[in-house]
Amino acid sequence: MISAGIDVGAKNVKVLIQEDGKVLGKGSVLAGLDMGADIKEAFDAAFKDAGIARDKVEKLYATGAGRNEVKDADDSYTEVGADAAGVAYLYPEARTVIDVGAEEGRAIRVDERGKVVDFAINERCAAGAGAFTEAMARALEMPLEELGKISLTSTKAVPMNAQCAVFGESEVVSLIHQKTEKRDIARAVHDAMATRITSMARRVGVQPEVALIGGVAKNVGFVESLERDLELEVMIPDDPEFVSALGAALLAAGIAK
Amino acid sequence: MAEDTNSKEYWRWTESNWRDPDIDWKAGEIISVGIDVGSVSSQAVILVDGKLYAYSNMRTGSDSPKSAENAMDWALEGTGMTQDDIHYVVGTGYGRVNVPFAKRAITEIACHARGANFMYGPTIKTVLDMGGQDCKAIRVDQKGKVVAFLMNDKCAAGTGRGMEVFANLLGIHITEVGEMSLRVEEEPPMVSSTCVVFAKSEASGLLREGWPKEKVLAAYCLAMAHRVVDLLERLGVEEDFAITGGIGKNVGVVSRIEKELGIKALKPTLDTQIAGALGGALFARALEQKGRKSK
Repeated sequence: MISAGIDVGAKNVKVLIQEDGKVLGKGSVLAGLDMGADIKEAFDAAFKDAGIARDKVEKLYATGAGRNEVKDADDSYTEVGADAAGVAYLYPEARTVIDVGAEEGRAIRVDERGKVVDFAINERCAAGAGAFTEAMARALEMPLEELGKISLTSTKAVPMNAQCAVFGESEVVSLIHQKTEKRDIARAVHDAMATRITSMARRVGVQPEVALIGGVAKNVGFVESLERDLELEVMIPDDPEFVSALGAALLAAGIAK
Repeated sequence: MAEDTNSKEYWRWTESNWRDPDIDWKAGEIISVGIDVGSVSSQAVILVDGKLYAYSNMRTGSDSPKSAENAMDWALEGTGMTQDDIHYVVGTGYGRVNVPFAKRAITEIACHARGANFMYGPTIKTVLDMGGQDCKAIRVDQKGKVVAFLMNDKCAAGTGRGMEVFANLLGIHITEVGEMSLRVEEEPPMVSSTCVVFAKSEASGLLREGWPKEKVLAAYCLAMAHRVVDLLERLGVEEDFAITGGIGKNVGVVSRIEKELGIKALKPTLDTQIAGALGGALFARALEQKGRKSK
């Protein structure tokens, strides 16, 4: 069966189309003013990528903070449910899912059937989400990709006192004034964020294997800091930001339950 | 925020210094100083025999010892006094251990309580200090001693930095945002995000929806007031009540705190930003007196 999943996130709208567990196409659009237009655009991109007509899709499930905006969805799932379904399909051995998005972080413990056992969410504070690294990259006046890369070359752990993203920016500026090397500041930023994500994950209990998904999983600097903090290696799929949409599509097709 | 650095610095509040020309410090017995190096602003207060003689209020730089030095120099400016004429210096605030010429460092909680007692008199029981990077609710006794306190120093919500972010976003000078937020016919619903980063995105959305700036400011002032009232209520509020720190000058936040609490704050008689340094100078005087007695 051909089905689609749409994840309406705080920053991006993502659509994934699958047939019998095989991904046919994907589309992602930066969320702007007009949610309806963004959703349509993301669908159009995914259909173009898949090379199929829209009426071939038999079922559509929605997830993400803005899932209620998807008027023609057959059903909707929470992000936690969609994450668990997506990860269970990609990595049946995973028992812990960490999803770090633009404005939200989630830690989910799943059983051997991929069912959610426990979860914790941070949605109130930018410090445990991608917004934190974005703010720090701006303070350092470098693109986000660069922040991740130079973090890997750091040789020195510099502590960051600020927990808040707003205070963090001031702290980054004063570290620059103190002539701290940018690569060490970058590492400090990722270490600080990893500490917060780890403490959230420990609340639900970290059991290997651990899968890391969400857009922030593409930040290599953060991944290194997180692995150091968790003292284990995490599994990251090729398109970590599409896992929620994949989960929704699999749930729609009845492949995941 | 960093993306606004090329624009005008709307957050930049007016630095100031002040001196009482009627006091002859040379006739004084004890000259005591309090220096409050906060995360955002630094103040130096000079007392002559327990009377307020001079003070300065300026922005903290990236270097704490230098900020303390600058505040001290500016308070001394035009007085003819030098550091050698001062008998006792107390350092307080976030950077208190970095005040090079201080004989003692005392916590800002104790100093704010003591300073508020001097500013508002012995009837003051509850002090809300809304600083640049923290917010403290303090219960004090009639002598200005701390009975209990609660503090938020982890999050920018409810602090001056949070308001600075909004001043920059809207392009309204920080000293005007409070007044401007009162120019609404009725109160809008408050900004729902607690986090300043998220509140900023929320406010950008409201502006795009066509909200006028004063309405967005009203929604943010309401949220900030709500946030600190929560802190106050956890501590318990007893009158008289006063608000110190930079936000104490923001009528948009102050009036909304008063409304939600159902209690009026005492009108400030002095610059609300100097409360901590003032308390430090009062401690410095007491310590100098004690030292002289034991000799």
